[in-house]
Amino acid sequence: MDKVTITIDINGLRYTRSIEPRMLLCDFLRNELGLTGTHVGCEHGVCGACTIILDGRSARSCLMLAVQADGMQIETIEGQGSVENLGRVQEAFRQHHGLQCGFCTPGFIMAITDLLRHHPLESDEQIREALSGNICRCTGYEHIVNAVRELANERAPLK
Amino acid sequence: MKPAPFNYLSAKTVAEAAQALAASGGDGKIIAGGQSLMPMINFRLVKPSILIDINRIAGLEHIDLNGGRLTIGATVRHYMTATSGLIEQHIPILHEAMHHVAHMTVRNRGTFCGSVCHADPAAEMPMMTLLLDGAITATSVRGERQIPASEFFTGSLMNALEPDEFVTSIEIDTLPPGTGWGFEEFSKRHGDFALACVATTMRVFDGAASDVRFAMMGVGETPLRLVEIERLVEGNALSDALLDKVAETLSNILNPNTDIHASADYRRHLSGALAKRALRLAWKRAGSHGGSVDG
Repeated sequence: MDKVTITIDINGLRYTRSIEPRMLLCDFLRNELGLTGTHVGCEHGVCGACTIILDGRSARSCLMLAVQADGMQIETIEGQGSVENLGRVQEAFRQHHGLQCGFCTPGFIMAITDLLRHHPLESDEQIREALSGNICRCTGYEHIVNAVRELANERAPLK
Repeated sequence: MKPAPFNYLSAKTVAEAAQALAASGGDGKIIAGGQSLMPMINFRLVKPSILIDINRIAGLEHIDLNGGRLTIGATVRHYMTATSGLIEQHIPILHEAMHHVAHMTVRNRGTFCGSVCHADPAAEMPMMTLLLDGAITATSVRGERQIPASEFFTGSLMNALEPDEFVTSIEIDTLPPGTGWGFEEFSKRHGDFALACVATTMRVFDGAASDVRFAMMGVGETPLRLVEIERLVEGNALSDALLDKVAETLSNILNPNTDIHASADYRRHLSGALAKRALRLAWKRAGSHGGSVDG
């Protein structure tokens, strides 16, 4: 099959690579670019571990081809912060013990980043519903909900 | 698993996509949101020779109102349908249904037309298209044709498209002012596929239901438009006796599957309960005064 050349902006850096059309976006991030913070769980859009932000909206990177993201802007967990300098959502997870094994965490952090930009999150019920596309096997979700509640309370009102 | 190899075309125009699909001789697949197709490609249940991407075709991302009909273009995503002011105003039952569609990240990519094409018997958009007397515009190198929703769903995950055709838009009825509606779905987790779901609309004149529509999903091989129930309710005031009759009729005519999610008996039970709730809500919203049923 013919290889295609794509250029994608990821966390503000531009990457150009030649790839097979069948390469999933999550595999492109991990295997071509070494951005292994994006995790791959179920590979069919159920678990949410591979969630990234694509042109401003969260998306499952296992349900997209890298070639489809040509020319787009992507945010991944690597753009949120570092071990020394955690991003705000990461810090809230740390404070509230919103993770244990950490496998699902990058997906949660990216989904929550989208939620905080676009979603009213007016009640715990809304928060739980909004998080229902991401699966966590450790926490029982309670501490994740607590972290999101704090983040929703402190953010500027939505336009 | 990872997809089997395929070629890829990002089509710039509908004509280019139609050409490529025809040239693939039935082995090509159209991709828009990909939220149903990509899992099947990842599992190698689908192994297209070429994937034809219609996401970048200009002019397919529209929601238009023409008289009593609303047209939804092929790349309109679920979050757009969910937040459309036109839909909230003119088809409030569709606005409500959108709350039950998948999860946020899937709504960001998945499309209305793609969901209808996928024809999952437990998905909201196929049922809503059937309820609202939809017409599916199928395009190919041979031209365009409209397929009525009543002829589109031919089986579980099966539709009436020819191999060289793809959907460029879907047209559905808007609801005249004063139309009552009820949408009742039961699923184990919010956003999951429904175990059973009822969607119904009606108007009420002189204490009698009129223009009754009644559709269900999750209880058959396709979404169902249940004319038997529509005839039963049409022209009558909603009463407890009538609702019992509706539940009894559903129990007789429905033949749902037993699977790991629910037994056939449980689905039949849900159908009756949801039908009663949905019809009560529709009756109440239609502003009736002559009924004996409390909302």
